[in-house]
Amino acid sequence: MDFADLLVNAGRELFAPATAAFALAAIGLNFHFGLTGLLNMGHAGFMLLGMYGYAITVREGGGMLLGILVAILLAMAFGLLLGWPTLKLKGDYLAIVTIAAAEFVRFLGRSSVMKNITGGSTGIRGTDFKEPFESLSPFPSEQITIGPWTLHGTASTSWWLVVVSWGLVALFAWLFWMLAKSPWGRVLKGIREDEDAVRSLGKNVYAYKMQALVIGGVIGALGGILWSFGNAVQPDSMGRPTTFWIWTLLLLGGAATVFGPILGSALFWMALVVVKGLSAMFIPETLMNATQREPFALMLVGVTLMLLVIFRPQGILGNRRELAING
Amino acid sequence: MADKKKATPTSADPFALVPHEAGAPKMDKIIVADNIQRRFGGLTAVDVEHFEVQRNAITALIGPNGAGKSTFFNLLTGFDRPQTGEWSFNGFSLHSKSPAQVARSGMVRTFQLTKALSRMTVIENMRLGAANQVGENLARAFFPALWKKQEQEITEKAEELLVRFKLDKKRDDYAGELSGGQRKLLEMARALMSDPEIVMLDEPMAGVNPALTESLLDHIIELKNQGVTVLFVEHDMHMVRRISDWVVVMAEGKIIAEGPPGTVMANPAVQDAYLGAHHDTDLFEER
Repeated sequence: MDFADLLVNAGRELFAPATAAFALAAIGLNFHFGLTGLLNMGHAGFMLLGMYGYAITVREGGGMLLGILVAILLAMAFGLLLGWPTLKLKGDYLAIVTIAAAEFVRFLGRSSVMKNITGGSTGIRGTDFKEPFESLSPFPSEQITIGPWTLHGTASTSWWLVVVSWGLVALFAWLFWMLAKSPWGRVLKGIREDEDAVRSLGKNVYAYKMQALVIGGVIGALGGILWSFGNAVQPDSMGRPTTFWIWTLLLLGGAATVFGPILGSALFWMALVVVKGLSAMFIPETLMNATQREPFALMLVGVTLMLLVIFRPQGILGNRRELAING
Repeated sequence: MADKKKATPTSADPFALVPHEAGAPKMDKIIVADNIQRRFGGLTAVDVEHFEVQRNAITALIGPNGAGKSTFFNLLTGFDRPQTGEWSFNGFSLHSKSPAQVARSGMVRTFQLTKALSRMTVIENMRLGAANQVGENLARAFFPALWKKQEQEITEKAEELLVRFKLDKKRDDYAGELSGGQRKLLEMARALMSDPEIVMLDEPMAGVNPALTESLLDHIIELKNQGVTVLFVEHDMHMVRRISDWVVVMAEGKIIAEGPPGTVMANPAVQDAYLGAHHDTDLFEER
């Protein structure tokens, strides 16, 4: 491996479908945290529910549209259920409940009791649910090379998935932009700053927080479906680390900004590849073998993030002036 | 603004016939409260038998620390719930109404610790105060055509209020960048965006530097001139004397006296509450 390979690999992360899936999930979290100030620590739970809802429906012959609808309904129900007892309380309670509920979804999905439905800890294989999506692909079913990058035309992590997932990211970034600058978004920002002040101005804070939680959760579920198209439905891939990565890349890009989640996701995944590549080049095999490189890369990214939060807490696209106010 | 000293009512004084006693009935009541009790465990923070507020007047609610003024304020505005009691605003019962419902009915409050929305600009703070912006509905938010025109009207109104409160130069600054006194002004201006019938000011002078005090006082008097009723909690007796038409004194959760600002402080019950019943007896005599 040399620098040219590393550049190519890093560049691939910029447009990879997984990057788009995480960007989409982060847009959902941006509705929660960036706009409304809700501490959702279980975003992976929304993603996993979306994946299960879609994959199981399609596997049972329900078709693609029904699958998406089921995923959306599941995420809505999850959001309503979590928000109902917690949104009347202060923010920390939502954080505790969401982190536990997301773990609950994962453990339920991987339990042997549910093996017939969710596939237990092995999950659902891609061949069981990817076919309807891939059959829509206008690209030929073969390896296609564009520039230095080669991907399959239709199967799994394909050019087709690249086009669809970035299209969805663009659509939802536009949706975020539209809603954030609307009077509805203004109420959410007010709630982020001070709930009681917004109550005193005659707005039903509970209803607004619920709307934000449900919308963000549904977007998270769609991000989960995208992610599963490039991989498979596997409950342990949607554990707590996933939630924290989404938080990380949202803060990295800049919360409450339109492009923050997208830039954050691209940089996050690129940084992982770069660190892994560089450590493979410069650290001898005797000191660190291939299996140790992955956690090492994550660790370095973690340190970078700590530095970021300390020295540039508003993220890359955030507004310095906004931060000067001890918000 | 110098000509706006104490506002003199053009019609006859609405308080001329009101007896100077706790729970006195008013000529034209905008708020009526009965048997309001709020207990925290064994402590009864508020225990008000009867309370009325005169429409289109400035009423001050005063009392020593811990008298229950702020709690009473929270109860009236729906931010806290009493164990017993019934209270109404314009004849409309506010019992078990949420703070938002209370605000929509025309009673808007401010807070002792100012709640300016820091990371929003001054003009956005103001726009948020407007009632009935249809674009605040999620489904309509998608279609700017439905709310753009209304937004423009709201913005114009907000800008007029900002000029009146001398905040127009701060229009695009973040609210968090304002001084403490300017935040109080912003909070008051924001409360006026919904054209309330009554504004409830919780310690409007707390933390305001003396230079701004005068202009804040003028703004409160101006509110009355525009037909808005004002009820405020305050510690500063100087301010109470200057602007209020009527003073209600609370101590230990109860209303102990009412009267015009000039004479209420002479009431022995009020002096006892502020200074203690034995303030003029010699310590050694008590043994």
